Amino acid sequence: MLYRVISILCYIILAPFLGGLLEGLDRKISARMQGRVGPPILQPFYDLIKLFKKQYIIVDRAQHFLLLSYLALVVFTGCMFFGGSDLLMCFFVLSTASVFLYFAAVITSSPYTTIGGQRELIQDMACEPALLFAALGFYLISGSFNIDTIVHSQYSAIAKLPGFFLAFVFILTIKMRKSPFDESASHHAHQELVKGITTEMGGRNLAIYNVTEWYETVLMLSVLALFIINENPWSYLAAALVICAAYFAEILIDNTAARVKTSTMLKMTWMVTLLSAGVNFLVLMLV
Amino acid sequence: MANVKRSPWLLHYDGSSCNGCDIEVLACLTPVYDAERLGVENTGDPMQADIFLITGGINEQNAPVVKQLYNQMPRPKVVVAVGTCACTGGVFKEAYNICGGADTAIPVDIYVPGCAARPQSIIDGIIKARDLFQKRSEEHDAKVKEEKKAGKHGSGSPAVSLQDAKEAAEEDGKEE
Amino acid sequence: MPVVPFLIIFPLMMAGLMFCIRVNRVRNAIAYIGSVVIMAAVGVLTFQWAHGGFQPIELYVNTEIADKVILCAEILLMIQVTILSFKYRKYWISLLSIIPTLAIAWLELFGPEMQTEEHIYIDHLSILMSVIIGVIGSLIIIYAVGYMHGYQHYHTKIGDRRYYFFMVLFAFLGAMFGFVLSESLLWIDLFWEATSVCSFLLIGYTREPEAIKNSFRALWMNLLGGTALAVGIIYFALTEGTVSLNVLVTQARLNHGDLMIPVALIAFAALTKSAQLPFSTWLMGAMVAPTPSSALLHSATMVKAGIYVLFRLAPAMSATTTGMMVAFVGGFTFLMASIMAIAQSDGKKVLAMSTISNLGLMVACAGVGRPETIWAGVFLMIFHAISKSLLFQDVGATENSLHSRDIENMHGLLYRLPRLAIFMFIGIAGMFLAPFGMLISKWAALKASVDENNILLVFFIVFGSATTSFYWTKWLGKIIANTNEAPVKDITKRNEMISIAIHGVLMIALCFLFPLLSRVYVDPMLREMFQVAEQTLPTTTLDLLMILVVFIFAVPLIAYSYSKNIKANKKLSYMSGINTGKNHAFTGSFGQNERLVLSNYYFKDICGVRKLMLPSQLVTAAVIVVMMIFIIGGAL
Repeated sequence: MLYRVISILCYIILAPFLGGLLEGLDRKISARMQGRVGPPILQPFYDLIKLFKKQYIIVDRAQHFLLLSYLALVVFTGCMFFGGSDLLMCFFVLSTASVFLYFAAVITSSPYTTIGGQRELIQDMACEPALLFAALGFYLISGSFNIDTIVHSQYSAIAKLPGFFLAFVFILTIKMRKSPFDESASHHAHQELVKGITTEMGGRNLAIYNVTEWYETVLMLSVLALFIINENPWSYLAAALVICAAYFAEILIDNTAARVKTSTMLKMTWMVTLLSAGVNFLVLMLV
Repeated sequence: MANVKRSPWLLHYDGSSCNGCDIEVLACLTPVYDAERLGVENTGDPMQADIFLITGGINEQNAPVVKQLYNQMPRPKVVVAVGTCACTGGVFKEAYNICGGADTAIPVDIYVPGCAARPQSIIDGIIKARDLFQKRSEEHDAKVKEEKKAGKHGSGSPAVSLQDAKEAAEEDGKEE
Repeated sequence: MPVVPFLIIFPLMMAGLMFCIRVNRVRNAIAYIGSVVIMAAVGVLTFQWAHGGFQPIELYVNTEIADKVILCAEILLMIQVTILSFKYRKYWISLLSIIPTLAIAWLELFGPEMQTEEHIYIDHLSILMSVIIGVIGSLIIIYAVGYMHGYQHYHTKIGDRRYYFFMVLFAFLGAMFGFVLSESLLWIDLFWEATSVCSFLLIGYTREPEAIKNSFRALWMNLLGGTALAVGIIYFALTEGTVSLNVLVTQARLNHGDLMIPVALIAFAALTKSAQLPFSTWLMGAMVAPTPSSALLHSATMVKAGIYVLFRLAPAMSATTTGMMVAFVGGFTFLMASIMAIAQSDGKKVLAMSTISNLGLMVACAGVGRPETIWAGVFLMIFHAISKSLLFQDVGATENSLHSRDIENMHGLLYRLPRLAIFMFIGIAGMFLAPFGMLISKWAALKASVDENNILLVFFIVFGSATTSFYWTKWLGKIIANTNEAPVKDITKRNEMISIAIHGVLMIALCFLFPLLSRVYVDPMLREMFQVAEQTLPTTTLDLLMILVVFIFAVPLIAYSYSKNIKANKKLSYMSGINTGKNHAFTGSFGQNERLVLSNYYFKDICGVRKLMLPSQLVTAAVIVVMMIFIIGGAL
């Protein structure tokens, strides 16, 4: 019990720092890939502090509370996850959280956020099957949706779930808003959508959004780790390495791929989900 | 103490120009000049921007646009006029539709001359602008603190209602 | 228990009264009284049953006179259908009524001697159905009084036949009660046909060419199901010498042999009733009927009759070819209907599609036939009944005020018709958001289908749940989006509002109460059906859910009260600097004000009905035909 409380507290306190740090590293590595010096690693935190210090502006007052709810729900999902509870339920709550983000976007009735919001919905639709499949995969091999049970299995899940892993990494690109599938909120210098779903968020609102993204990134990477971790303590190290490798791969993809159309994204994601997670699932069920 | 100057985000607007300065501004963000090492991000969204970077002159049609973009930026904010056209109207100055430099529409803080302005000087302008941004941010902080104090010790006057906020937004166009 | 025949006969008497009284005010008053009485009678029935210790009650073993009455009623129905189909020159449809009715009549009059079994059977499931029918049915009648007033006022071209409308509504309630309380398959057959005919009459209410076309489509599809039901009954009666549904289920559960034929035929009938593919088109067409009938028949109760039958058959279908067929058709319908719902912008069409889709999920749950899936299916049924009834009524009321039910026209409804928008929000949220019951049902359904090795169903649910959230969320977004348009005059009558509000309150109450409901009611029901004594859902999951419910209700409220008073500077929304100042228009290229129109994504060219309906109908039809051949061939 104490162990659970500690890990939940760790998540609540450390996840934003970790997420911010990862984003800083991301920007640094991206810059190096492009032959630039790049911003300092702590840049995301500088940005965050500045955003909090700026004047509080709104387009629609309701946006603030919707974003706060989004943040709270994502953090709650993370707490469920690190409290060792039900994985499938975590994903369901996460999808409810993203509904709040959509509300925060469309409530302003502004053209750019609305289109960003719609694309966000399509992204969620693209992600959801792979997420649910991941939960089901864990259930198949450990007999439970409980994260505690999954973590304490004898072998790493990836041995039996390579297809699920692949599908999950594939949608990680969407979840981390990386380039070929970065449809709803453009990062860095992409401008055709202005800022997509975050267009009307300035100052504090954007800061809340950023922090939430960090929480979510950490959560997603933790799910990734779940594929590796088993009862052997060394597996945590392996999981960390896999996370780093996956993150690096995402950065590489981000810097080498051009954005695709939303429908292409949906088709590709569902295809990959079907072909890798689906086939893996079939094999597990039939053999 | 937090340095907001480490995170100057740009809003780039190109007015009535030959697009030379426009291209030079974008060049600042390329690997050769890499403005991002200063924490610069080209947001394209006024709500998220700190520094309003204008290239090109102001004409009758884009004056309200520039004003609106300026108004949409949250305080503290800094305006940089890049290139001769943005500073004074440049070669277009006498044209029938041109009002003049950016300062005919909104208050400009930093003028970066050149036709077209060199990336080096643009980055220099950004550096000057972020120092000013830092100064304004400190002033803003002090003001916010004061207001908070007044709110606490005063008659417990409620926060500004939506009506007041609207008025404040209208005032926003005036000098800070 | 005299309350049982009362529940069946009283609504029929009310129907007669409705037909006779042509003074609107008097009839409305009587309709109110009637609906309250029905609700009270359901209460009495539930109380009496609970007083007996929640045990199944069997009634009316010897009912020769009633049997004759039932037979006469059936023949009357046949004559009615025949007359109408001759009147509208759809001669062949009458055959679908004449043949099964005569066959049933033959069975009853000249067939072998039947074992005498009870005719009425009251257990958890039938009580649940009765409560749903009683509460929702009565509320919808109360709503309909106000709605039809506005409807006739607004649709001046349609003849005022409200007496007829209320007659059919009441008659339907009686038939529905008879259906869920009956145990004898012969009785079930009559009430089955009766609900089909009620639905047919209500769809054709406006007598416009489209309505007539759609009503006959609904009729023949439902009668086809009825024919299958009749064939199944006759086969069962001839082989086993009884017409008891319970006997059928217990026998078929023990030996899968040739009793699977009637089970499969009845399951097929249930598929038509629940508008599963390939028969989904009748429910789409049924949307031309006035909204109360859509709410009552075509989403909350009548289509649930099919689900009810499948739940009854579930123990027998578990792990059989029939079960596979039903689960496949249900799962496939769930996925395809939810994809097609994406392309709809007409509010009622979205509701129809999502009804088909959700019914599909319930059908699939029944097809798997495990306690967990039935648990999921029952909760789906409860939540779906309330929230769909709420949504249909709400959309109907919105249409009366807004003169449109297109979702695109509901932009900023929260600011224009706040009362209705809030309840619409509750209804939609109830259909898919986390704290409401749909979510946990999906959870249980996924878990059970993995446990049961039902691979295809897992695929259907996984992809279908993604598309489901998509079309609901974009509707929700439309409602809450900010707008500057002037509020619309809300002409919703008080009685409509009462019904809608009660539904809304029920919805939220259920959200908090359902762990209790699960423990106290649904678990015993499953024990009754499957004779297993385990708790379906682990307590930890239920506890977690309660925390979640509280959290999801509390967070936005707290966040709202916190953010309400923050000092803020209001800005115009970003339109590249050419916002004209009120967020609803921008400066066009000629300097004119261009109105900003925001629209949702619909993907009409990818997921439109025209594109997907025929292929999915073909797939399901092929599957049903092949599987039926297997089942019947295997059994013979």
